[in-house]
Amino acid sequence: MSITRRRLTHVAGQIATIAITLFGLLLLTFVIGRMMPADPVRAIVGEDASQETYQMVYERLGLDRPLWEQFLRYLGDVLTGDFGTSIRTGQPVIQDILHVMPATIELATFAIIIGATLGIALGVTAAVNKDRWPDHIVRVFSLFGHSMPIFWTGMIALLVFYARLGWVGGSGRMEQFYIGLVDERTGFLLIDSALAGEWDVFRSAVNHLILPAALLGYSSSAYITRMTRSFMLDQLGQEYMVTARVKGLSRRQTIWRHAFGNIRVQLVTIIALAYGGLLEGAVLIETVFAWPGFGQYLTNNLVTGDMNAVMTCVLIVGVIFIALNLLSDILYRLFDPRTK
Amino acid sequence: MDQPILDVRNLSVRYPGAAADAVRGVTFQLGRERLGIVGESGSGKSTVGRALLRLLPGATITADALRFQDLDLLALSEREMLKVRGRRMSMILQDPKFSLNPIQRVGHQVAETCLRHFRCSRAEAKARALEMLAAVRIRDPERVHDLYPHEISGGMGQRVMIAMMLLADPGLVIADEPTSALDVTVRLQVLNILDGLVRDRGIGLIMISHDLNLVRNFCDRVLIMYAGRVVEVLQAGAFDRARHPYTQGLLAAQPRIGGPRQPLAILDRRPEWKDEPLP
Amino acid sequence: MTAATASRLPAPLLALKNILGFLWRTPTSAFGLIVLGALILTAILAPVIATHDPYTQNLDNVLQAPGNGHLFGTDELGRDIFSRLVWGSRITLRIIFLVSIVVGPIGLLVGTTSGYIGGRFDTVMMRITDIFLSFPSLILSLAFVAALGPSLNNAIIAIGLTAWPPIARLARAETLTFRKADYIAAARLQGASALRIIVRSIMPMCLPSVLIRLTLNMATVILTAAGLGFLGLGAQPPLPEWGAMIATGRRYMIDSWWLVTFPGIAILSVSLAFNLLGDGLRDALDPRQMNRR
Repeated sequence: MSITRRRLTHVAGQIATIAITLFGLLLLTFVIGRMMPADPVRAIVGEDASQETYQMVYERLGLDRPLWEQFLRYLGDVLTGDFGTSIRTGQPVIQDILHVMPATIELATFAIIIGATLGIALGVTAAVNKDRWPDHIVRVFSLFGHSMPIFWTGMIALLVFYARLGWVGGSGRMEQFYIGLVDERTGFLLIDSALAGEWDVFRSAVNHLILPAALLGYSSSAYITRMTRSFMLDQLGQEYMVTARVKGLSRRQTIWRHAFGNIRVQLVTIIALAYGGLLEGAVLIETVFAWPGFGQYLTNNLVTGDMNAVMTCVLIVGVIFIALNLLSDILYRLFDPRTK
Repeated sequence: MDQPILDVRNLSVRYPGAAADAVRGVTFQLGRERLGIVGESGSGKSTVGRALLRLLPGATITADALRFQDLDLLALSEREMLKVRGRRMSMILQDPKFSLNPIQRVGHQVAETCLRHFRCSRAEAKARALEMLAAVRIRDPERVHDLYPHEISGGMGQRVMIAMMLLADPGLVIADEPTSALDVTVRLQVLNILDGLVRDRGIGLIMISHDLNLVRNFCDRVLIMYAGRVVEVLQAGAFDRARHPYTQGLLAAQPRIGGPRQPLAILDRRPEWKDEPLP
Repeated sequence: MTAATASRLPAPLLALKNILGFLWRTPTSAFGLIVLGALILTAILAPVIATHDPYTQNLDNVLQAPGNGHLFGTDELGRDIFSRLVWGSRITLRIIFLVSIVVGPIGLLVGTTSGYIGGRFDTVMMRITDIFLSFPSLILSLAFVAALGPSLNNAIIAIGLTAWPPIARLARAETLTFRKADYIAAARLQGASALRIIVRSIMPMCLPSVLIRLTLNMATVILTAAGLGFLGLGAQPPLPEWGAMIATGRRYMIDSWWLVTFPGIAILSVSLAFNLLGDGLRDALDPRQMNRR
């Protein structure tokens, strides 16, 4: 088989795998949605509706059809982009999600920048100083990041750094009285406030972003540190490192100019995965910091039993995860000359 | 030998946590010649090579003298050694599959020696790299320059390594098992290239190997090492006059075409060879 | 171990003794053992250790700072926090125990069978685990709990559902390596059935890595359970689940720090302990360090 044909087969295989996984995802979310105890008809028509109204809505939602038919209908809806209407807000769910996503993306992106920088720096330090005290300190530091209940740390951090010390902003994305001051163009507060020239709002936004992002970053750094250390240790034992030293490069130069280049691609892969992991932390952190993002949207819907919204949220998370996995795979292939 | 390039006296190396020295009391001098160091695994031959470059992290290196040209190698700081390595002393490693950085193009890796030690632009460095690639008889230097290590053969890889290590015109080159990882058919070719370059530039060469025949035919003088000590020193032509039983044992264990059909003698390693006074 | 000191314990017990000894000698995993031991003891002896009844409200005594007979203070309904913490350890232990008892064997079974038999069964099982693995565990647990209704048992079920795929994946990966071994081929030639080979030969080989991963995953399970509790989706009030305690205490946190601090420290300690134990086990069961034992 020629190279291109082999590649195409491989890509086709990947697409098939993803399609099957997505299908399974949809099936799973459908099943979960149908299992929810809240009555979706009752949620729409209210407590006092007549039996006729109830029946009408029941039929309109398709709940009288057999399950497999409902699933097919669901599939069809999803493929045309119709994710149902939120019972709580009355808006199409997908619109709600698009509205709250930017807040979470802003948070997650800052968090991953902090986490990746911290994680890589610590991982390299730990690997280079294997089994000596810097390695141990990094290990302990990482361990705490990995073991802490992030919602609790968030609360304590708010208490200490906001309530007692006043170093950072409190809950929410900005000070109360700035809300509504800036037009929501992209949904990213930093960009919007900069575009509008409202630097007070910008500063407030940064102030409020920094604590939750730092905490999320810290929790994701644990994984990144561990993987970086492992990758780096692999490289440090390689012969080409000796060659570099024989050429007259210092230890530091060999680490950053040679070893680091060899782990770059792997790092990008794990950072992409860590980014997905941040979604989990976001759900909890957003609750603690009253951050109006996707996480809070999800938990609100869980509490009110909004079936459509919950299903769609779970679906979106699954899709994001799959996309990130795919992305890291693609990046890996793209940047490692050995796989060409 | 007017002024030896390298003067080693009573070199000893001990690894951290080891019970005994890996290298003990090694003494030799090197002029503009080819010196071979032969021994089995664990004899300390590679350690000697790395000790000269001071690339043994954590190990304790002691010697009465360790002089390279005008430098006292033991007295130099690490910063000063950085200027020596690659520029005045270098080492050719064994297996280009592992000793070349897999994600950098080979041309760049060769040019790095130039960039590291000389004030040159990237273009100049590239030019010198191409020059060296041609000098090691790579037929299409421009094309090979842009290849990755996994895209070239073992023999070519080792020639790249030679180019890399000889680019800065060092006074001493240590070749640590330079042909052991290569196909037998390619070995002589690579050795010839190395030989030519070393002769033309008047470089002192230390060749470390476990292959006695190879070293005997390639080098002017040979040190035989066993258990960290030099047990015998021989001129290349004087092997039939070897006196130490270990050397004699090594020679007897070599198969010869046209030799007797009896089973080859097994080397009988005597414990006293570890400790008896040096010749 | 010389012949003279060879004990008469059966082999698995001897191995356990050796491993525990190794863990005890390493300071970090010793800490893990101590905390875990404390957890188990506290749970078992809860009626003895607790100073008050965890459910009794005392509205004259709300939000008292630690002291005055209340070791960790009282909460917004006047309940003694220390006692609630102590009884809450039972809940924590229950979660750990139930999840590991279910997830370990199921993951091991699915993974080894899938890896050994291969073919269509393997593909199907791997697709299923892929689907589960394509979610962060908290979010999937959230969804399941929402579907099943908020309660402690449902939370345990939900967590279990999300915790088995990584174990299955691991077991499968290990099986794929072991299945090519000669002794497996020999067993097959002797006529051993697939089931017998899987159970007798392959599963024991996978056991070390599965145990390590299970221990490490328990740390995440604790955090997920606490997270569910915090969101109100786990144990329902008035059960003294640590995460739920933090959620209710949040409102009074600014003036009454003791409401959230102690439950949080408890969660942190247990999670830390499992991480340390897992790391210690990894070192203990590393074949390259066999001499140290």
